[in-house]
Amino acid sequence: MKFGIVVNEGPYQHQSADSAYLFAKAAIAKGHEVWRVFFYHDGVNNSSALTEPPQDDRHIVNRWAKLAEEHNVDLVVCVAAALRRGIKDENLAKGFRISGLGQLVEAGTKTDRLVTFGD
Amino acid sequence: MLHIVNKSPLENSSLESCLMVAGSGDVLLIEDAVYAATTGNIFEPKLRAALGKVKVYVLQPDLDARGMGDRLVAGVTSVDYSGFVDLTTTNNTCQSWL
Amino acid sequence: MSDIKKFMFVNRKAPYGTIYALESLEVVLITAAFDQDVSLAFLDDGVFQLKKGQQTKGIEIKNFSPTYRALEGYDVEKLYVMKESMDARGLTEDDLLVPVTVLSSTEMGALMDEQDVVLSF
Repeated sequence: MKFGIVVNEGPYQHQSADSAYLFAKAAIAKGHEVWRVFFYHDGVNNSSALTEPPQDDRHIVNRWAKLAEEHNVDLVVCVAAALRRGIKDENLAKGFRISGLGQLVEAGTKTDRLVTFGD
Repeated sequence: MLHIVNKSPLENSSLESCLMVAGSGDVLLIEDAVYAATTGNIFEPKLRAALGKVKVYVLQPDLDARGMGDRLVAGVTSVDYSGFVDLTTTNNTCQSWL
Repeated sequence: MSDIKKFMFVNRKAPYGTIYALESLEVVLITAAFDQDVSLAFLDDGVFQLKKGQQTKGIEIKNFSPTYRALEGYDVEKLYVMKESMDARGLTEDDLLVPVTVLSSTEMGALMDEQDVVLSF
């Protein structure tokens, strides 16, 4: 099946980014396609290139980028939500792209299932 | 449909609302909602009552992380992330009760 | 976009305390612009989003409640409020900004079951 995933909370503050990632990984392991992950609300903070967690912690931003690279997942950050929170192309992590809310609608129309993670 | 809940029922009414609205179908407890699947708390009778109406699942890694793996209410089915994915495919839609 | 799906937006949070209600409304407008079949459901504290008489000058946050009245212009006419939520908050239809359809929790559950995509903020 083709999946869309929505992430509505920032990394580290809330477990939702971890849950979403582990769900995506499990779906891919079962042979499903994760077509797009859409980052909305504070979820846009998952894409900050300035993120530097302590060495012994998971790197949530890089983990998304790696998943995207290896499995061709489209990581889309909502432009309106991103600008509100200071995420722009100049501090956007590799593997992500900034685009409009239409991409979220598309994640609903073009996939078989849309699963939301948030607070 | 699949209802996904992620809040503890002891401090938030998401699960209670979900159980009121979900006529039948599957309810999956993840993150802090896993406490609802454990014995000994004041929500347990409400969860047991719901078991007759909906099928309740709990995400085992979240339960284990919170040290509650040995307190699962009988009748609740535990799943891993792979089982979570299966629940989203066997149901036509899913809603997260954020 | 050729594929039309039934989208339901489930609003369960009060306005202003968090940004969810406002950003949910932004998605609703875009989804309608993409010619999708849009419904809005208001449950729990989400019912407060529709309360008449919101005046936000004193908190310096934009009052976005007039947008609910503008939804009709975007052909978003399916607004559902759960009766139990409204009752629990001491509100009646007269307290709300826009005409809505009041549903019982059972009816709300049945309506959710009919959707293709349910987004909850």
